[in-house]
Amino acid sequence: MNQAGRMLLSGNEAIALAARHAGVALGAGYPGTPSTEILEYFSELGGKAQWSPNEKVALEVALGAAFAGASAMAAMKHVGLNVAADPLFTAAYTGVSGALVVVSADDPGLASSQNEQDNRRYAVAAAVPMLEPSDSQEAYELTLEALDLSRLWGLPVLLRVTTRICHSKSIVLPRPPREAPPSPVFHRDVRSRVMIPAYAKLAHQKLRKKLAEIARWCEQSPLNRVIRGDDSLGIIASGIAYVHAREAAPRASFLKLGVTYPLAIEQARAFAAGVRRCLVIEEGDPYLVDSLRAAGIAVEGQAEIFRFGELNVGRVKRIIAGDPTDEPPMPPGKPPQLCAGCPHRKVFETLGRLGCIVSGDIGCYTLGVLPPFEAMDTCVCMGASIGVGLGLRHVLGGDQARRVVSVIGDSTFVHSGITGLVEMIYNPPATGHVLIILDNGTTAMTGLQEHPGTGRKLDHKATGRVVYEDLARALGITNVHVVDPTRDGEGFERLLASALKRDELTVIITRRPCLLAARRISELDKAAENKPDHGG
Amino acid sequence: MADRVTNVVVAGLGGQGVLKASDILAEAAFRAGLDVKKAEVHGMSQRGGSVRSDVRFGPQVFSPMVPNGSADFLVALAADQVEPNQPCLADGGILISPENVDENLLSNRRCLNVALLGFLSAHLELPESHWLAAIRSNLPSPLHEANCQAFAVGRKMGGIG
Repeated sequence: MNQAGRMLLSGNEAIALAARHAGVALGAGYPGTPSTEILEYFSELGGKAQWSPNEKVALEVALGAAFAGASAMAAMKHVGLNVAADPLFTAAYTGVSGALVVVSADDPGLASSQNEQDNRRYAVAAAVPMLEPSDSQEAYELTLEALDLSRLWGLPVLLRVTTRICHSKSIVLPRPPREAPPSPVFHRDVRSRVMIPAYAKLAHQKLRKKLAEIARWCEQSPLNRVIRGDDSLGIIASGIAYVHAREAAPRASFLKLGVTYPLAIEQARAFAAGVRRCLVIEEGDPYLVDSLRAAGIAVEGQAEIFRFGELNVGRVKRIIAGDPTDEPPMPPGKPPQLCAGCPHRKVFETLGRLGCIVSGDIGCYTLGVLPPFEAMDTCVCMGASIGVGLGLRHVLGGDQARRVVSVIGDSTFVHSGITGLVEMIYNPPATGHVLIILDNGTTAMTGLQEHPGTGRKLDHKATGRVVYEDLARALGITNVHVVDPTRDGEGFERLLASALKRDELTVIITRRPCLLAARRISELDKAAENKPDHGG
Repeated sequence: MADRVTNVVVAGLGGQGVLKASDILAEAAFRAGLDVKKAEVHGMSQRGGSVRSDVRFGPQVFSPMVPNGSADFLVALAADQVEPNQPCLADGGILISPENVDENLLSNRRCLNVALLGFLSAHLELPESHWLAAIRSNLPSPLHEANCQAFAVGRKMGGIG
């Protein structure tokens, strides 16, 4: 909403608005809480946004755009950057001609994730500058800054946000519109862009030299600022931890960091010297405190218990008071569950009844681990169901091996399951294997996004479609079945039981639209029938 | 109210309109020209689990999350979500639950969330026009009448009108 130039926006919306205002030519990503709305909102604002099969591809597409001189953005959740780490590390060497901002949306407290990794470590490991906003206004400002820095230094820049930045709303005052970036054009520069060892050696040295220059710039950058208060307590903080700390200690002095890699070490040294007690407040890993201490700055950190979960004002007060005692447990809420009538329900009921060892994956259907189903035995990361299931089959004795089933959702299969399926054909276990692809026609967990298996793009317009049964057959699986267990539960159970007995490779696709998406899917299908010449 | 931050926690179950209610509240405060922050966690909200949204407004708001023991109001859309969220309430904080509104007076029972906002509105100094504008801008037009009616019912039961 907009009132006299003020807007009330989530951090994700603010990032998208800034990308639009800065003329970002392409935004690519894969849906993942808490990052999903960035590209959706960018698209709503008229930006060119796309879901790629996974984050690695998304970052590569954005990198290509930035090689051509465009401003580009790749947006993903924290674990998505693990998938995209390969291009990220070498993109730091190649650099870019345009601008490339990589948004990493971390999830401390695991609101909807399988781990709470702290991606500030990636900035250090990949050697790319990192900015961290503390509210939506800064999410807007720092997105613009990140794009400017990237273009100025010719390096990818990491914009690191967290769940509470992404999904909290606060007021944004946008800047006046700026000039559009220059039109993309490709200039040949093989020594910078082709990372054979001879060129990469030089690129590494060039990268470290740039980082040293950026570190010097950082010491004077207005993105880091001192808020002078009482000198009895000085707090160094960034991101959401900063606003919690301002509230918890309103009279303290603050060094508020907007750039968290490279660090303004000398500014921090002077700040620490000017206060009687200097405390670092940070959510997640002891990244800032360790870096400052390594530089010989005497700063105080926080007790190990505060490394787990999100910070809040109450926890920051405990940190300041030096209280490391156990915290009162949060009262339990009602856990989420598979919707009544969810097409996955029948599958998990059947897997439970047949006593399967279920190698599971990431999505709504991971809820199959909870009562009443309790029909999942492993869940690690996107696509792991297939590899882990195969590994179990390879070493287990025949009786147990024949009960192992890999279960993966449609979007997850496209993301990271296809290479697992190739592994299944290339290194089949002696007992064969059974893979179930739960095809509900959407990326349900993150809020019903499209993916390459739906045949529709991010904006729901028709495009080419990946057909899993055709793919499985083309790769050499002979037993490929498409079924709807909600309609024919007994037929599905017979099919699965017989597949488990055979020492062959079987792929079963359980196809029925997600209840939440069914209406929209049928409306889109109808619209597409009336307009059949969409190409694709 | 004007010189300090007001803290409201809206809690309920996925599908009850917790996020919609907190969007309307945040917008009403925003329209009043106040600093506003709103925090919630997405992702699992459509799977029937507990959902909570914090709204804070006043001259200047730092953290988007309502600290435990400092909510001026807890608006619970489901009776069974009162207990797990009780620790957020300040001493003397006000609990607003479905019991505060006679659902039989609502033209559509799905508007309970907005009816409870009406009840809340009787305790806040935000102008009614901002509330009604916020309801209209957050909901599609076919739902305006039923929700404005629910708001009026709640506001009356809260002691205004």
